[in-house]
Amino acid sequence: MENDGERVATQTMEKAGAENRRNVAISARSLVKTFGTGEFAVHALKDVDIDIRENEFFTLLGPSGCGKTTLLRMIAGFELPTSGIIQLDGQDITALPPHKRPVNTVFQSYALFPHMTVAENIGFGLKMLGRSGGDIDKRVKRMLALVQLEAMANRRTDQLSGGQQQRVALARALAPEPKVLLLDEPLAALDLKLRKNMQIELKSLQAETGITFVFVTHDQEEALTMSDRIAVMRAGEILQIGAPTDIYERPTHRFVADFIGDINILEGSVVSSEGRTAQVRLKDGAVIEARVPEGVDGSGDVALAIRPEAARLAGPDETAALSGTLENVVYFGAASYLHLRLGSGEEFVLRHSGALDAYDLSTGSVLGIALQPGRARVLE
Amino acid sequence: MADLATTHDAAPAARARKLKARDLKAMPGFKAIAWACIVALYLPLIVLIVFSFNDNRSVVKWTEFSLRWYQAALENEGIRNAAWVSVKVALVATILSTIAATMAALATTRAAAFKGQGLAYAIINQPLMIPEIVTAIATLSLFSLVKYVTGITGIGYLMAAHTAFCIPFAFMPIRARLEDMTLTLEQAGADLYATPLQAFRYITLPLLMPGIVAGAMLAFVVSLDDVIITLMVAGPGETTLPIYILGAIRRGITPEINAVSTILVGVSVLLVALLFLVQRRMEK
Repeated sequence: MENDGERVATQTMEKAGAENRRNVAISARSLVKTFGTGEFAVHALKDVDIDIRENEFFTLLGPSGCGKTTLLRMIAGFELPTSGIIQLDGQDITALPPHKRPVNTVFQSYALFPHMTVAENIGFGLKMLGRSGGDIDKRVKRMLALVQLEAMANRRTDQLSGGQQQRVALARALAPEPKVLLLDEPLAALDLKLRKNMQIELKSLQAETGITFVFVTHDQEEALTMSDRIAVMRAGEILQIGAPTDIYERPTHRFVADFIGDINILEGSVVSSEGRTAQVRLKDGAVIEARVPEGVDGSGDVALAIRPEAARLAGPDETAALSGTLENVVYFGAASYLHLRLGSGEEFVLRHSGALDAYDLSTGSVLGIALQPGRARVLE
Repeated sequence: MADLATTHDAAPAARARKLKARDLKAMPGFKAIAWACIVALYLPLIVLIVFSFNDNRSVVKWTEFSLRWYQAALENEGIRNAAWVSVKVALVATILSTIAATMAALATTRAAAFKGQGLAYAIINQPLMIPEIVTAIATLSLFSLVKYVTGITGIGYLMAAHTAFCIPFAFMPIRARLEDMTLTLEQAGADLYATPLQAFRYITLPLLMPGIVAGAMLAFVVSLDDVIITLMVAGPGETTLPIYILGAIRRGITPEINAVSTILVGVSVLLVALLFLVQRRMEK
């Protein structure tokens, strides 16, 4: 157990070291944005620090009103921070107007120019930069090929489908080769199937162009599948920044754990701890070993997080870590989700992927729960 | 199963009947009222136009078709001069008022909110609420004062007065169009390196054009049509067409007046048709 934990820790440190060596593209320090004054003041951002690295697919994830769009609009230059600074490649751009920032945006509503053709839309940025007509034509052709819309060059934008408009918006924003591409929930208006396709396309486009993408979404699945790193936001604050696996498997904050995927959150108190491992007594008396992440105070009353897939039904000759009465079984083919009620009254969901024949699955039967070692975590 | 099928069929039919009952066109008397309105609006015009083609001096007794009153009107130097004054004044007023209205509309919708924005909006629209005779007398008083102090005379006063009262008319469609246009398009322009001036030139202005054209045409028609303010402000030799017609009518209605009025109707119909075509082309 200890060794396991240490290995994870060193790995994380090595990874962090490698990534720190990559240059930072966008760096924000102490960003504050307050709308209104006095008792009507709305704090859209409260002291946000963030470093977005070159070449990475970075996602700002959070529920609506968490400040993610405000932060994006600040990087684009549409919004001035109340205080704090934003740097791009080490240069202060906090007060630079949008047209002087080498940053382009894909708007949620696409904001295509209705009085221009697809090609004119894509070439607009280059035209404003004063590129020659020949240069613009060449670049527009390449962009059209990149988003597979060669046949649509002379169409008007209102003759395109939603997915095609989305691609024009992307091509238009990529054409001037920005240092950073900002995407404001660009997939929200697409239907599910198209959205899945665009997720893959976006990810490969990012790899192909090597441009830093800053992506805003409230869809946790979208964030997990596409991002190199995710910043989870709530009420104007960044709660956790990390790779999708960090966010999912090693959440430090109760909100993050709850927001991303299914999770069981149990109340308990620490009875003893050694290093970053603590013994936590739950309300029904069971004592569970849990990891205490960096920066989390692992003492006193704590909340414990356990993913449904980190638990399974205990075998007949196994000692169960927990036990609960069965309330419901949801069968998903490859696995089943079992909803149990613990002695403390808390609900516990586990994902059991093995055979269920050996267990009594009638409602009300008492079942033992086995936990994968090292997967229970203490939350902030 | 059979029962289910019938209820399924019956429900939409009942709903359709209900919807039809709510449709205004299905209400009793709808057609009659619509026709009454059309007649009230256009019958006088039809009478005017019909008798402009009458070969008789009378405007109530029809004899024979003729174009003699059109010929007479076109040969009448008084009418020709008046028409020229009208067009000159209307053109100048249209251009100046449309520019002013466009700037005002941009300032009240696109500039960062400023103190007194609502007041500015009210001030621009207020002339529509003030009785025209009051505006006319006020303008006359001011211009008399200016003339007395500076000694300058000329048609410029008439043009200035027309420009002033045309502004709210030109303002309305331009502002309506600007309010419909989302700010996101201009932001997208700025995001794609357009300076504020370029964003205006390549995005705002082209998208605003239908509104500007509508505003300009409204201003032109309003200026061409004005009597009260013109009556007060116009100096000697600055008789506009409506003023000429008014003067001529005092000497008795002749089919010549019918002919001139018909031409005016023709011009405004032409303008409206043109406006419609321009707007349709721009929206396509």
